[in-house]
Amino acid sequence: MAQTLLQIEDLHTQFFTSRGVVHAVDGVNLHIDAGEVLGVVGESGCGKTITALSVLRLVPDPGRIVSGRILFRGIDVTKMGDEEIREFRGNDVAMIFQDPMTSLNPVTRIGPQIEEAMTAHNRFTQQQARTRVIDLLKRVRVPGAESRVNDYPHQFSGGMRQRAMIAMGLANEPALLIADEPTTALDVTVQAQIIQLMKQLNRELGTAMMLITHNMALVASLCTRIVVMYAGRIVEEGPVDQIFKNPQHPYTWSLLRSVPRVDEARKDRLVSIRGLPPDLSNPPPGCKFHPRCPFVIDHCKQEEPPLGEVAANQLARCWVLMRTVSEEAIDHARAASLASSEAAQKLKQTIPDAGR
Amino acid sequence: MQAAEPRRAPAPAPAADPVLLRVENAYKYFPIAGFGGASVRAVDGVNLEVRRGEALGLVGESGCGKSTLARLITALLPVTRGSIVFDGQDITKLRGGKLRKVRRKMQMIFQDPFASLDPRMTVGDIIAEPLDNYSIGTGAERTVRVAELLRLVGLNPNFTNRYPHEFSGGQRQRIGIARALAVNPSFIVCDEAVSALDVSIAAQIINLLQDLQREFNLTYLFIAHDLAVVRHLSDRIAVMYLGKVVETAGRNDIYDHPQHPYTRALLSSIPVPDPAVERDRDPIMLKGEIPSPVNPPSGCRFHTRCPIARAPGICSEQEPPLEPHGQRDQLAACHFAGQF
Repeated sequence: MAQTLLQIEDLHTQFFTSRGVVHAVDGVNLHIDAGEVLGVVGESGCGKTITALSVLRLVPDPGRIVSGRILFRGIDVTKMGDEEIREFRGNDVAMIFQDPMTSLNPVTRIGPQIEEAMTAHNRFTQQQARTRVIDLLKRVRVPGAESRVNDYPHQFSGGMRQRAMIAMGLANEPALLIADEPTTALDVTVQAQIIQLMKQLNRELGTAMMLITHNMALVASLCTRIVVMYAGRIVEEGPVDQIFKNPQHPYTWSLLRSVPRVDEARKDRLVSIRGLPPDLSNPPPGCKFHPRCPFVIDHCKQEEPPLGEVAANQLARCWVLMRTVSEEAIDHARAASLASSEAAQKLKQTIPDAGR
Repeated sequence: MQAAEPRRAPAPAPAADPVLLRVENAYKYFPIAGFGGASVRAVDGVNLEVRRGEALGLVGESGCGKSTLARLITALLPVTRGSIVFDGQDITKLRGGKLRKVRRKMQMIFQDPFASLDPRMTVGDIIAEPLDNYSIGTGAERTVRVAELLRLVGLNPNFTNRYPHEFSGGQRQRIGIARALAVNPSFIVCDEAVSALDVSIAAQIINLLQDLQREFNLTYLFIAHDLAVVRHLSDRIAVMYLGKVVETAGRNDIYDHPQHPYTRALLSSIPVPDPAVERDRDPIMLKGEIPSPVNPPSGCRFHTRCPIARAPGICSEQEPPLEPHGQRDQLAACHFAGQF
C-alpha cells in the first residue's frame, strides 16, 4: 500500500461576492499517494482549479477556505503560518499553469528565474543553483540548454516555455507537482512531447502529479486514477481503466461520449448534455446534476445523493444507481456514504450503453 | 410508384460545377516593416477545392496559415497573388457591390463568442444586422426572421432584447451561428468555432452545425486544430504546414492511410480518451520546431523535421507538387509519399 502524500478532507472553499456566496468547492474529499498521477476532470467552474489553489493556499480574493483539512504528509496546510506555507510552496508542492507566457517573468532571463526558485528556499547556494539549472533544462529536454539559459522567455517557443515552467516546478524536487491544463495552450505535436516528458519525469523521479484538465484523452494518457468534479463536488472517482470502461455516474458517462475520438469513424451524433452547469451561488436542490441528467427521478430533486461505492474502488454520487436498492440499503448508504455495488449493475440496465 | 414512361432526370442546374470554391495558387505575404523587404509568407501557394454540400476540414498547427487562408477565402483580406473562384466568379477581382453580393453567400463563425458579438447591441439587432446590410425585408419581417433564427439555433425567441453578456459561451456561439444564417448563405467558414467551449457545450454546437448542414444543404469549411472534432464533422480533410497544403483526403483515408509524413506525425500525436489505446500509442515525435515563415526551408519545407527526408538530396532541393497518392481522391505533396 502506497503512502498517502496528500489528503483533502471535506474541503469547502467559498467566494464572498456581492451577488452572494459561491460554493466553488463544496465538501471535496480526495487523496494522492506518493508517486501517483491523479487526474481531476470537469468543465469550467466545476471547482477543479480552486481545489488545487486551495492546496497551495493561493485562492484569490474574495475566496476563502471556509472549512476542511488539507493534510500533506499528515500536516494540515490550512493551519500553517506564513513562513511554513512559503516553505511548503515550491519546496513540497509546485504548480504549473496553462499559459507559460503569463507565468514567466518577461524581463528576466530563463536561467536566473529558475535559480531564484531554488535559492528562495535556501536549499541550494547560488553556485549550486547555477549548475543545476542546466541539468534541469536538460532533464526537460530543452535543446542547447547551456546557451538557452541566457534567453528571455519571449525567445522560447510555447512548448519550450512550458518545459522551462516544468523545470522550475521541479527545481526543488517537490513530492507533488500540480499541473493545471499544462498542454491546453499547445499544438498537438508539442502536447505529445510534453505528455511524454511528464510520463518520464513521473517514472524517473517518482514525482506525484495532480493533473487538472477538461481533456479526457489527456487523463487516459497520463493518469492512474481519476476524480470527476461537477458543481464543486466530486461525482465519481476510481481507477482510470475502470472509469473509462465502465463509467457509472451519468455525468461521467455523458462527458466521455460527448467528445469525438480521432480513431473512430463518424458516429452520427455526439451525446450532448442539455442545459448549462448550475450557478454556484444558487445551486439547485438535491443532486446538482439533476436539471441536466437524462435519468433523473423524483428523489434526485429532493435530496443530494452521497458518494457511494458502485464497484471495487469506484465511487459515484447518484440516486439512480441506488434506485432499486431497498430503502434500508439507501439509509445505510446515507449513513455510511456507501452504496451497494449491486447498484452499479442496476445502472447498466437503466442507462443504455453505460457498461459499454 | 407507377409511371407511364421513365422519368427524365431534371435538367442540370446552371451551376453544375460540383466545386463551389476553388483556391488556385493563392499567396498572402505580410511585409515586415524595416526588414529590407522581407515578409511573412502566411499562405504560400495554396491549391484547394471545396465541393458543393461537403464539409471540408482544414487542420494544421499555429502559424500554418489556416486562418489567413480563411480570410482570403471570405475576402476579408486581399490575396497577394492567385485566384479564389467562388461559384464561378473570381472574388479577388470583384469590388464594391459585386463583392458584397458574393459575400452574402459566404458567412463566417468565429472562435471567440465573447469578442465576436458587439456588447452594446441586443441579440435581435446583432442577428438582424446582416439583414439590414443587405436591405432584406421590412422591420416587421426582420423581427419575424430573427425569432425564427433564434428558434432554429435552440434559443428562446423571446431573448431578442437581451445583451450578449446575459448569455453563456455556448449560447453566444448559437447567436453567432444565427447571425451567420440570417442571409441564407450557401457556404459557411467556421474558424475554431467550438474550441473555446466546454466539452458538453461543444458537443451541442457540433450537433447543431451538423443538423443545420443537413437542413439547409450548406457547404462548410471547418478550420480547427482539434483533429478529432474535424474528423467527426468533415467529409474531407486538408492538412496545412507552413503556408502550404501538404495533403488532402477523405476523412477515413487520411486517418487510415496518411501519405504525407507530417499528417502521419500529426495524427499519431493526438491522445484518445481510452487508457487501453493510450498505453500502446507511440506518437511520432517531430524533431525541432516549426521554421520561420519569413524564410521557409528550401525544397520541401517539411524536410528539416521529416523522419524520412533525404536531405541533402531531392527533399531539400525540389519542392514536391501536390499530386495523387494513396487512395482515390487523395493528394499529397511528398517525394516519398506513403513510403514510411
